[in-house]
Amino acid sequence: MTSLPQTDNQDAHTAECGRTVYRRPLLLSNPTSYCPGCGHGIVHRLVAEVLEELDLGRRTILVGSVGCSVFAYDYLALDAVESPHGRAAAVATGVKRYRPDHVVFTYQGDGDLAAIGTAEIVHAAARGERFTTIFVNNGIYGMTGGQMAPTTLLGQRTTSSPTGRDPQTAGYPLPITEMLSLLPGVAYAARVSVADPVLVGRAKAAIKRAFEVQLEGHGFSLVEVLSTCPVGWGMTPTQAMEHLATDVAAVYPLGTWVDRAKGVAPAMPMTMEAAKAAASHTAHPAHTAPEA
Amino acid sequence: MTVAQTPRRIRPALVASPPGTGGEASPLPRRVLMKGNEAMAEAAIAAGCDAYFGYPITPQAELLEWMARRMPEEGRVFVQAESELAAINMALGAAAAGARVLVSSSSPGISLMAEGMSYMAGSRLPVVLINVMRGGPGLGSIGAAQGDYLQAVKGHGHGDYRVPVLGPSSIAEAIDLVREAFAIAERYRTPVILLADGILGQAMEPVSPVFKALAPSTPDWVLEGADGREPRVVRSLHLRPEDLERHDIALQAVYSEIEANEIRWAGEELADAEIVLVAYGTAARVSRTAVQRARAQGLRAGLFRPISLWPFPAAALREASAGARAVVAVEMSAGQLVEDVRLAIEGAVPVFHHGRMGGMVPTPDGVVAAMRQAWSTTDGGTS
Repeated sequence: MTSLPQTDNQDAHTAECGRTVYRRPLLLSNPTSYCPGCGHGIVHRLVAEVLEELDLGRRTILVGSVGCSVFAYDYLALDAVESPHGRAAAVATGVKRYRPDHVVFTYQGDGDLAAIGTAEIVHAAARGERFTTIFVNNGIYGMTGGQMAPTTLLGQRTTSSPTGRDPQTAGYPLPITEMLSLLPGVAYAARVSVADPVLVGRAKAAIKRAFEVQLEGHGFSLVEVLSTCPVGWGMTPTQAMEHLATDVAAVYPLGTWVDRAKGVAPAMPMTMEAAKAAASHTAHPAHTAPEA
Repeated sequence: MTVAQTPRRIRPALVASPPGTGGEASPLPRRVLMKGNEAMAEAAIAAGCDAYFGYPITPQAELLEWMARRMPEEGRVFVQAESELAAINMALGAAAAGARVLVSSSSPGISLMAEGMSYMAGSRLPVVLINVMRGGPGLGSIGAAQGDYLQAVKGHGHGDYRVPVLGPSSIAEAIDLVREAFAIAERYRTPVILLADGILGQAMEPVSPVFKALAPSTPDWVLEGADGREPRVVRSLHLRPEDLERHDIALQAVYSEIEANEIRWAGEELADAEIVLVAYGTAARVSRTAVQRARAQGLRAGLFRPISLWPFPAAALREASAGARAVVAVEMSAGQLVEDVRLAIEGAVPVFHHGRMGGMVPTPDGVVAAMRQAWSTTDGGTS
């Protein structure tokens, strides 16, 4: 069970030493049980730091998912609800619609979001639901023993693609962030990585921006975080980080695809505002219909 | 903008307009004619439903359409989901956040919702689900049927859980049971199924225009942000078998409590009945007519009508049929209700089955014939 972190010792420590050089985020409650070299611990910490800096912990609701990420609610000291596999975006829709003044986010892996949950994430994004999705993409099903995911790289060996992912039979990696960035309901979409400290810093900035976009009510916000699964990949933690920085980043380019409030968006799709204007235009005749 | 655009619909007056608050100019009619789907929707609104999630499917689409118009009028949540899977999971999220939630669908969509129902049962979330049953299996037909009986009363999804199931047999009763369903859901923190059928959904009947409200509940488990208290987690996952067994035992205790407190049934002409019909929903409407015809022909028939289908009123049925010569389960399915009837009767009285399937409805004469058949089959044993 999670518990609220004790701040007294930290405060006393700060008073004694003058300034805090390093401490655990208040919202990160327990040491994680993730495998050595797994990126989930880093991403949990970034989320905890951002929510703490924005002072949102008291009004945030975490929507969990299925996979290794299911443990997020054991480590983040937040109100949380579990979702069936893939359904986090639907569950978050229900939470946010009923509590629009709360901060709501889903924390999902790539098996959960990019395979079984594609319908839910696409339609939540299309509706412009005002929650944030932290999409941790390590290209594999870690929890169940390292099977191929829709995000698995071509040629990558997994327990269900033992000779390597063959596009003739298993298709191609799914670029979720690029796909969703085409939807006018998406207010923010970025892909980041935890492959080195500089990238981790950028990942944190993206996560922070995603929550700010939610607070500003612009629409759906997504951060795809490229992460590692050393055990599933059959690598040491160091090898996994190198692989993430090179081969994975080559398939999944990093960057901010959409930040509509700042004018960053693909050229093709209409903006949410344009879509609304079009909708109000077509609705106009009904509003001016003569009274019965 | 709303009323003028939908002139063909009768808008029921709500309980929110008590006498003396401005409704005097147009006093409430004693009865209004309402379609079942719309009456159930309005009953939910009157009962304080905060959020509705649905997906179009015949024969329940009018329920979704009614909510699409009325929920925004009331400043409440309406979302047309991309699938029944999404709808039930939106319901899960809203319920976890403390909303009073209604979801509706018809048979094929209900199958998709089995996953969410299991999770909500495991997570102890109160949600009301209306199933306006149609013919099956598969895409089946859009005619009224009762083929989802076993699905509903035996749990619906995976795992060791039960769901209270209420089976109305008129639109007026459906209105009352929608409110009851919310009350039961919140009393026991469980999903509840209202098992209607295509005829109840599509037919129009006169009903009272006054829909009863339900007092809001103030649960201490909802998610509203961990502000000055320990975080709350709404979950069904308990990875250690010891923990899950403890959780499941606690669930069974809740179900025992429901079995003790929430039995509902009605009887007609049972006092001297030699043949006892057992039927719910639309099949019970047909059976009532059949009882009258049988009695007119000198056959002493009665009707036992379970209203709570789970918990099944087994003891009451056993008692009501103790002096009978035979019991006949009448259903719009291939012998599903009859399984619970046999379990209830425990062999004390011969049990027969009369059913139609696929959207076909039993006729009163067909039911009378089934009663005569039961009579003659049991002739040697009891007379």
